[in-house]
Amino acid sequence: MEDWKSNSRAFWTLATPATLWLLAFFLIPLAYLLALSFSSKALVNGEVSINDYDYFTGVANYIRAINPDIISIFLRTLWWSALATLACLLIGYPIAFSICFMPERWRPLALLLIVLPFWINLLIRTYALKTVMGARGVVNSALGLVGIGPVEMIGTTGAVIFGLVYVFLPFMILPLYSTIERLDKSYLEASLDLGASQFQTFWKVTLPLTMPGIITGVILVFIPCLGMFLISDELGGTTSWMIGNVIQAQFGASNDWPFGSALSFALMLLTIIVLVMQWYYQNRSKGAH
Amino acid sequence: MPDPIVSVRNVSRRYPGGVTAVDNVSVDIMPNEFFALLGPSGCGKTTLLRMISGLDAPSEGHIYIGGEDMALTPPNKRPTNMVFQSYAVFPHMTVSENVAYGLKVTGVPADETKRRVAEALEQVKLTHLADRKPDQMSGGQRQRVALARALVKRPKVLLLDEPLSALDAKLRDDMRLELTRLQQEVGITFIIVTHDQDEALSMATRIAVMEKGSIRQLATPEELYEHPTSRFVADFIGKVNLFDADVVSQKGKAVICNAKGLGKMNLTTDRTCGKQVTIAVRPEKLKLSKTAPKAEGLIKAEAKVRDVAYYGDWSEVVVELANGQMVSVNVQNDKRDGSILGINRGEKTFVSWNPADSLVLTE
Amino acid sequence: MSGQLKPGQGPLEYGRRRWLQSLFAVTLMVLYLPIAVLVAFSFNEQNRGGVWKGFTFENYPKAWANQSIYDAMVNSLTIAVITTLFATVIGTMVAVMMWRFRFPLKPAYEAAMGLPIVIPEICMGVALLLFFNGTGLMGFFSNLVWPFNLATIIIAHIAFCFPFVAIVVRSRLVGFNKQLEEASRDLGANEWQTFWQVLVPYMKPGIISGALLAFTLSLDDFVITFFTSGPETVTFPVKIYSMVKTGVKYEVNAASTILIVITILATVLAMKLQAPEKSGH
Repeated sequence: MEDWKSNSRAFWTLATPATLWLLAFFLIPLAYLLALSFSSKALVNGEVSINDYDYFTGVANYIRAINPDIISIFLRTLWWSALATLACLLIGYPIAFSICFMPERWRPLALLLIVLPFWINLLIRTYALKTVMGARGVVNSALGLVGIGPVEMIGTTGAVIFGLVYVFLPFMILPLYSTIERLDKSYLEASLDLGASQFQTFWKVTLPLTMPGIITGVILVFIPCLGMFLISDELGGTTSWMIGNVIQAQFGASNDWPFGSALSFALMLLTIIVLVMQWYYQNRSKGAH
Repeated sequence: MPDPIVSVRNVSRRYPGGVTAVDNVSVDIMPNEFFALLGPSGCGKTTLLRMISGLDAPSEGHIYIGGEDMALTPPNKRPTNMVFQSYAVFPHMTVSENVAYGLKVTGVPADETKRRVAEALEQVKLTHLADRKPDQMSGGQRQRVALARALVKRPKVLLLDEPLSALDAKLRDDMRLELTRLQQEVGITFIIVTHDQDEALSMATRIAVMEKGSIRQLATPEELYEHPTSRFVADFIGKVNLFDADVVSQKGKAVICNAKGLGKMNLTTDRTCGKQVTIAVRPEKLKLSKTAPKAEGLIKAEAKVRDVAYYGDWSEVVVELANGQMVSVNVQNDKRDGSILGINRGEKTFVSWNPADSLVLTE
Repeated sequence: MSGQLKPGQGPLEYGRRRWLQSLFAVTLMVLYLPIAVLVAFSFNEQNRGGVWKGFTFENYPKAWANQSIYDAMVNSLTIAVITTLFATVIGTMVAVMMWRFRFPLKPAYEAAMGLPIVIPEICMGVALLLFFNGTGLMGFFSNLVWPFNLATIIIAHIAFCFPFVAIVVRSRLVGFNKQLEEASRDLGANEWQTFWQVLVPYMKPGIISGALLAFTLSLDDFVITFFTSGPETVTFPVKIYSMVKTGVKYEVNAASTILIVITILATVLAMKLQAPEKSGH
């Protein structure tokens, strides 16, 4: 790698478009979001204006966010995201494991099949799920054949969590697959050979050695779950809002952009905390070696 | 004769897709033996070892370990332990944690574990590295961890899968001596898998040479080298000159052959020959001379020196017979005057040997 | 806990364990069932109600004839194509820059570049909405003629797509043998020629799969588009969103099916292009 000064013309040519774009259409908007979160709607002629703001009026929006309703939605978002992530892990791990132990020529196809739905539009998938789970959907028709139901699924907490798992499962499987595939299988053989049962081998060898993949998968599922509003909107009822729905409402029906900004920023902060924790963990385990 | 510690009976291993890795193999391994499975890659030696360890299961057949049929016993229930080719030393544990692992998972009490781990580390001279992580260690050190980790379990049989292949040449020689010493010290049966004939010849008490899933010959190192029973074994172990020959006549052990490029010769063999045989002779059994040797009863032929490769203590001389066949001759460089009997490329020479040093191979 | 081994099956041959095979099969079924049903109903005769009435192709011409679906589709594809062009060029350039140069605060720069990938989409969408409104860009662009009225969406899409392109291209560059560059210079090529004749051809598979990635990401995006589209412009996902809200017609299924086919083709193509590289490492 060469120093940028050794060829500053090439450096600036290559760096400028991306840097400007990132600055103008990402970082500055984020700064603006932050600024607006400390602002309030302006009073024009004694009336609250629709789209003029008094900037930097204080932390009122954040204080407003510390009310039981919002906090409980935040907590619910965290809880549901955690549940969905755990479910993804519990399903994804054995799946990734079984793909890694398939005959080599089948693996790319198996992986492709698992990942393909992820490329299909999120909204289409959500819509598809909603259709299938609906009162007259395929699932209830099938249940009807064996004399059960119809079971009301749409609008329940279970439907939202199922939707989250459905949508984000590939995010969990991919990093797990790449870690398990790189794992030297002779570690597992050595463990069995030394007298450990399959179960002990899993807990004491496989799991610790695939932890980096688990962490990555957890992050990749947990963070998008936190910001999700589509699934809770489509599959859940009005009582199953996640924080994304509250934010969306502030920019839609409720039309309270400063408050929405504050909530967005809080969500972003939460995300960054999670990422920093992961980064810290990675560095610690690297340092330990 | 004591009972065998490991007795493999008619074991086959077939993979889905029709590949047969091990084909109806039977072999007995005696207590306290240093036994080697030798063969080219893909001959089934590793599969056989893995079936003894329980890391693979035979499609058919029985494997008796200590008198008990364990062909389908899971690896964690067998009195065998393995040293892996890649060592497989757990990277997330320290050296002593690695060594203690096999005792902990089987519920050996903590104080006994501690004592035995210390003992095993002592045995492989790693006590000073007990708290290191494997990635701070050399290949040779990791190998010792793998050894200690297996030995601490006090197995009836220690299995070693190509244990020296990942080490550099100097370390390999040290480790070879170390393994022999350990084997005598602990008095456990060692079964080693290797593709390296030197390793097998120098360490093992008995060697099974495998080819295409079957054992071709099972014998002591000396016997394998001096009395191979097949062309494959003769060629695989050490270097050998092979001559195709027609059988003229056979009376009991005496056989008269007509070898291409050498003419008629009288040889002895225990086997009944067909029409065609292969005559094998090791390069160090051959002699070179400037003039035709006078002694009676030697096999001799005129040849031309084609190549001389100098290895310090000895040289390999390649000579070409009248019919174009190349023959390797090993010559000891036991004189300091530098020239090897004055042998130079392109010169005429005579190659000769005692018929008793040649082998008649029927397969 | 495990009993005996099975003849001819080692203890680690999990690929042949029935319960793992079943779990895999069930998961695939669950993943694909809703999509399969959606595709199947795009061929349904009756227009609503979720009951199968009979096979027909009718919904496809109907979707084609439905002006608003057609417009939304054209908008989505236009946005995706323009986004892909820009994001690929910008992303490739910055990938080469980060691969080649050392510069102050590089870790911070890399982190900032990764931020659009990791923060929740809703945060980015909301921030861009505020920005476009605050600066008046939203009003300015939405009054322009097509396709310039899509500018806000395209700008936003480029912003979240080019970091993905940069990652893909950069991971391709890691395997580049710098001696090739030196050899080219040694043979008399200048820096510009070396870039075009040596580096760009080497990066090509990475650039293509990065471009396909940008294309599918843009085509699929709902959240950011939802927040950054002007009052008049509708993209396909946003259109579906509103149609689902108001009750569904199977024309939507037909149009969705077409979109699914496009994405699957792009994805499979991208994977095919990447596959030889994977086996090479």
